[in-house]
Amino acid sequence: MSEAAPPETVLDVKNLQTVFFTNSGLFRAVDDVSFSVRRGETLAIVGESGCGKSVSALSIMRLVPDPPGRIVGGSVTLEGTDLLKLDDAAMRAIRGNRISMIFQEPMTSLNPVMRIGDQITEAVRLHRKMSSKEAWAQAVNMLRLVRIPEPERRAQEYPHQLSGGMRQRAMIAMALACRPALLIADEPTTALDVTIQAQILALIVDLQQRLGTGLILITHDLGVVAQTAQRVIVMYAGKKVEEATVESLFETPLHPYTRGLMASMPAVIALGAKTDARLTEIPGMVPSLTNLPPGCAFAPRCKFAIDRCLKEYPPLDEVKSNHWAACWRAGEMLEAS
Amino acid sequence: MFAYIVRRLFLMLVTLFGISVIIFVLLRVVPGNIVDILFDAAGFVDPADKANLERELGLNQPIVIQYLHWIGGLLHGDLGYSYVSEKPALEEILPRIPITARLAGLALLFSASIGIPLGVISAVHQGSKLDYALRVVSLSGLSLPSFWLGLLILMASVSLFGTMPIFNPNPKTWLEALTIYAVPAMAVGFRSAALTMRITRSSMLEILRQDYIRTARAKGASEASVNYRHALKNAVLPVITVIGIEAAFLIGGLIVTETVFNIPGIARFLVEALRWRDYPIVQNLVMFIAVVVVVVNFIVDMLYAAIDPRIRFGD
Repeated sequence: MSEAAPPETVLDVKNLQTVFFTNSGLFRAVDDVSFSVRRGETLAIVGESGCGKSVSALSIMRLVPDPPGRIVGGSVTLEGTDLLKLDDAAMRAIRGNRISMIFQEPMTSLNPVMRIGDQITEAVRLHRKMSSKEAWAQAVNMLRLVRIPEPERRAQEYPHQLSGGMRQRAMIAMALACRPALLIADEPTTALDVTIQAQILALIVDLQQRLGTGLILITHDLGVVAQTAQRVIVMYAGKKVEEATVESLFETPLHPYTRGLMASMPAVIALGAKTDARLTEIPGMVPSLTNLPPGCAFAPRCKFAIDRCLKEYPPLDEVKSNHWAACWRAGEMLEAS
Repeated sequence: MFAYIVRRLFLMLVTLFGISVIIFVLLRVVPGNIVDILFDAAGFVDPADKANLERELGLNQPIVIQYLHWIGGLLHGDLGYSYVSEKPALEEILPRIPITARLAGLALLFSASIGIPLGVISAVHQGSKLDYALRVVSLSGLSLPSFWLGLLILMASVSLFGTMPIFNPNPKTWLEALTIYAVPAMAVGFRSAALTMRITRSSMLEILRQDYIRTARAKGASEASVNYRHALKNAVLPVITVIGIEAAFLIGGLIVTETVFNIPGIARFLVEALRWRDYPIVQNLVMFIAVVVVVVNFIVDMLYAAIDPRIRFGD
């Protein structure tokens, strides 16, 4: 591994806009979001449910259900190719091959009537010219790689015969079977037992580093972010509100929403110094995306909000070196901390 | 699994026993027997002659004895004699079975091969004009009685070609054989095809929303592979149930169709036998149909286990 060479950019998302057309109107699930991932790097996307994390991921895969959803703007450049300009067949050749995705629900994400081995074999044979025997051997190898005991036997089994953790391992094996340049993990540990969560996370990070894969880790758990990611973007109501390195974000969170998230995370408090601090919640709820206020979408819930916040949407400024935030008072936050 | 099959076979025997009692009793509850019918037609006759004939046919014996006599014979392969033709019932029934079997088989094949793909197409293009058109056609299939559709087909055939398919027990060419059976099979299978399509559609719509369908797409699988390999295999279970039920229901549907198309199958024969209170024919035919239904049910359950690995019949 050439640690010294500047890591190349695997994925570059620019001004991505994905909208949904619903009965109650149009809503912007992802609104002008940009980010990039380098080879071997982990980018965490953080936010509450409904903030646009998963839709961003599905947009990269071009798997947003249409109708009602549609990608209406921006570009998604993977290894130099704009995925949004590809036809369906060319996009299928990329999915599962250059980009893979692991989903939140291992219990329902595997086909119940196909053997585990067949499901991985399918992923391999869709993209590699291999006999079914070779592909099966590759599938067993992948199961071994994700540390499933007795991979030969497990490959013969059906999803219902595996535990949740084992199924998620099988999903990881399937996702990595073609050695993708980018892996998107959408809340990969949320549905698992706490004891299994750490194992699965460690496995993903370990394989990512061994294979040099770029990783987008979608989560609402800042504890997970602290353990695994190098860079973080925080999303709120479809927009990116903060982006920073992990160190900078945890040291000086600049957006009040990020601060709120941190204050409501018991794990982060345990790591920090103030052990007697109370857990705090963010008051209110994520606003309806069909009816967003003209100013900052977080303003109605924000205890730092000023008049300007309600009227004008703040630009995403580089408040600190390599640390961007979309908040009118980010500068004050930086000075105060 | 083996223990399960043995238990199932035992239950099948119990079911058939129950059916045999019910059909036997029901037949005798219906007023009039063949002797009444024959003698009514003849006008006034000596009651002694009537009693003689009843004794000859064994109809004067207690119902339990009659039943034991029938079942005993059945177990030995002796189905008795038709009251009407006086030929062995087996000889009357056996040659008619292949005719009905071909008709029913073709009708089922038609309903599955039309209904399943159209159901998939309709589900995949949910809300499109094609979907609406297919749903209207299927609704008409469910609403049209098969005998009326049969008559329409015959009338259309006459007005278009000046002729209509007439049943011939020994067709000369395979084409003739196909037309003889295919047209009535379509008339009766249209309804099943419509039902199969609707069930396939709703089942597919349910499955297409599942997470593993998204996983299949994320792998790079083509739409055809997603729809057929991943979705249909999961969606087909309720469809199999419906086709199984249709297979049993078909016998009823065939009675009219065989009459309309003048086909000498078992369904029409059953109705004729019933009119004459030809007990040996009716009892044995109903038992035959019951065996078919019970066996089809068993096959459906076995297919369930074969298709869905989560279904394992516990021992």
